[in-house]
Amino acid sequence: MKLQAETKTKSQPVTKTGADILIESLVEQQVDTIFGYPGGAVLPIYDALYRSDAEFQHILTRHEQGAIHAAEGYARVRRKAGVVLATSGPGATNLVTGIADAMMDSLPLVVLTGQVATTVTGTDAFQEADIMGITTPITKHNYQIQSAYEIPKIIKEAFHIASTGRPGPVVVDIPKDISANPCFETDQSPFHLPGYQPTFNPNPLQIKKLSEAVKQAKKPLILTGAGVLHGAGSETLLEIVEEFKIPVTSTLLGLGAFPGDHELFLGMAGMHGTYTSNMAITDCDLLINVGARFDDRLTGNLEHFAKNAVVAHIDIDPAEIGKNVHTHIPIVSDAGAALKEWKRQMKEGPQDHSAWLEELHYNKQAYPLWFNSPKEEMVAQWAIKTIHDVTKGDPIVTTDVGQHQMWAAQYFQFRKPDRWVTSGGLGTMGFGFPAAIGCQLAKPEERVIALVGDGGFQMTLQELSVLQERNLPVKIVILNNQALGMVRQWQEEFYEERYSESLVACQPDFVKLAEAYSIKGVKIESKADFENQIGELMSSDEPVLVDARVIQQENVFPMVPPGRGINDMVGVKPK
Amino acid sequence: MKRIITLVVQNRSGVLNRITGLMQKRQFNIESISVGRTEKEGISKMTFVVDVEDHRKLEQLTKQLHKQIDVLKITDLSDKAIVARELALIKIVSNASVRNEVQGIIEPFRAAVIDVSKDSLSVQVTGKSEKIEALIELLRPYGIKDIARTGLTAFSRGQQPQAAELTQYSLLK
Repeated sequence: MKLQAETKTKSQPVTKTGADILIESLVEQQVDTIFGYPGGAVLPIYDALYRSDAEFQHILTRHEQGAIHAAEGYARVRRKAGVVLATSGPGATNLVTGIADAMMDSLPLVVLTGQVATTVTGTDAFQEADIMGITTPITKHNYQIQSAYEIPKIIKEAFHIASTGRPGPVVVDIPKDISANPCFETDQSPFHLPGYQPTFNPNPLQIKKLSEAVKQAKKPLILTGAGVLHGAGSETLLEIVEEFKIPVTSTLLGLGAFPGDHELFLGMAGMHGTYTSNMAITDCDLLINVGARFDDRLTGNLEHFAKNAVVAHIDIDPAEIGKNVHTHIPIVSDAGAALKEWKRQMKEGPQDHSAWLEELHYNKQAYPLWFNSPKEEMVAQWAIKTIHDVTKGDPIVTTDVGQHQMWAAQYFQFRKPDRWVTSGGLGTMGFGFPAAIGCQLAKPEERVIALVGDGGFQMTLQELSVLQERNLPVKIVILNNQALGMVRQWQEEFYEERYSESLVACQPDFVKLAEAYSIKGVKIESKADFENQIGELMSSDEPVLVDARVIQQENVFPMVPPGRGINDMVGVKPK
Repeated sequence: MKRIITLVVQNRSGVLNRITGLMQKRQFNIESISVGRTEKEGISKMTFVVDVEDHRKLEQLTKQLHKQIDVLKITDLSDKAIVARELALIKIVSNASVRNEVQGIIEPFRAAVIDVSKDSLSVQVTGKSEKIEALIELLRPYGIKDIARTGLTAFSRGQQPQAAELTQYSLLK
């Protein structure tokens, strides 16, 4: 952690400070990467980082929001807590979007924020913000450190809470005097959290009920959520599905939990899901939700959701069971553990569901996803499909929110877990690019592609500096329609084409912008050029920015209009 | 429907804020709160009276409360035989001429006069909320200067009757 250590005389303090204790505690948690940004209240921590011999790297982003989205990307593909460090006041408030995003998508984060010294807390001191008050509703838990004595224990607790049970962000607020002052004694006792005892293993009797229900089902269906990924249950799921021939649909965040090209996979369900998936949910007589939370973008109008089905719901968070959809077989468990137990117990699959499989197979053939592709100009769907086809090596794909996100979900067939990193619950613009940086640092050997819109990219493009500085080979593909596509689509569909503030023709020259950061930038306007160049661009060892010009007046279909049931789709077939 | 919910919590800074914030975020209406220490060091007890729409909402509330790391135990007392009390201090306008009259009103309520001044008189009363309401109404004609109420605090009775008899003991049914 010391770049210029050789040129400076290292002055070893006689005693450790609170900040030294903090760094030691992070090392103990096997932290290898910290995403952060220095400032006044964290000067003692950055000083301790500088003096430390620890082997972890600090990634200096150019905005705190970039740091936390990067940590989210890191956490998603590494399946371990991402660590963020920011200063008090504005540093901490800049993290708020990312904290809320991680909370919604259950990503484990430990967020360290500086705070003004305890001597001035509550006086509206310079760069003071009540980050405990601000983050309480958007964290799994938060702490303000009261003395350096408790640092090791709180850090242990923070990592434990963030990464077990249903993962989530934990904020640890550290006043400056506590990190700066010498600390002579620390609490090394193991932590004890009597109020936090998450269930991990399922009740075998509930699994028995599930197996019985499967046996009797004529139209069974599995819905996968991100819980399958968190619980590393993909392999078991595949074994169950192949043995008992139960079809599978997925939520947005569950993509990749089951191979996207499998014959029993029906595609994503929900507002922009496939017709086959949505009709399967509507018609099934047994819906087995494995680690999804029945989000409103999945369910549509609840009155029409899976009306004919016995609902089994496996979730590690008991509060999700029965929250939105009435559940007949509740199973509180880690999804991976539940799938293992299910596989162990289930001796027979459905007795007779061949008609169901045939019906779904027919729907898949009869109602595929579709788009019109002009001869020369590009539509985003085509571009995404082409990238998918040329990058057979299963890259990690990140996105923002909006049209390009839905198209990526529809046309990028994720075959393996942890390849898909997107902001689902909170729907955060500007998430995709910094998240891709986090993914690349977490998995240096993998190819990482940030599929972003021109709107979202402009919210966090300052992180190009990180690519430049570290020469991270992230590939940025801007699907540039010079519009806020999803807003524009809704205005077209539901606001009689009054495009209020959604057409944004004025934008920087993205190629020059990339070049300003010494990054290769390419603008591509035609299908032919895209086909010719994209393979090479995507397999480069260097960072690349592609400004792909796509047709603006293009909508995401099929679609469930807001307020309708998911069986009530528009745009199922080409007009 | 009104429910009485007690929480045993770790007495850490911000814990009340966590609980009330959660209720606000999930749109639960709090009628009263009372908080105090318990016999165990570092452990507090909160008693909430909340208004919830239906059983599904109630289940959601208790599940969300369970997710709070500082919450150790949640009890819904509404369907149990319980002892529940609230304390109120009521200051009314009063001079020497009405003091005896007031004394006569509050006596059946087993309330006590706890402070007297030249032109006011303060009464302390404990009991169920309805009893306190009734006394307040009786004192209102004298002119109420101030009221301080604690909110309900409660626990279950040592002996619980059989399920069939429950309703007659329950406070809210």
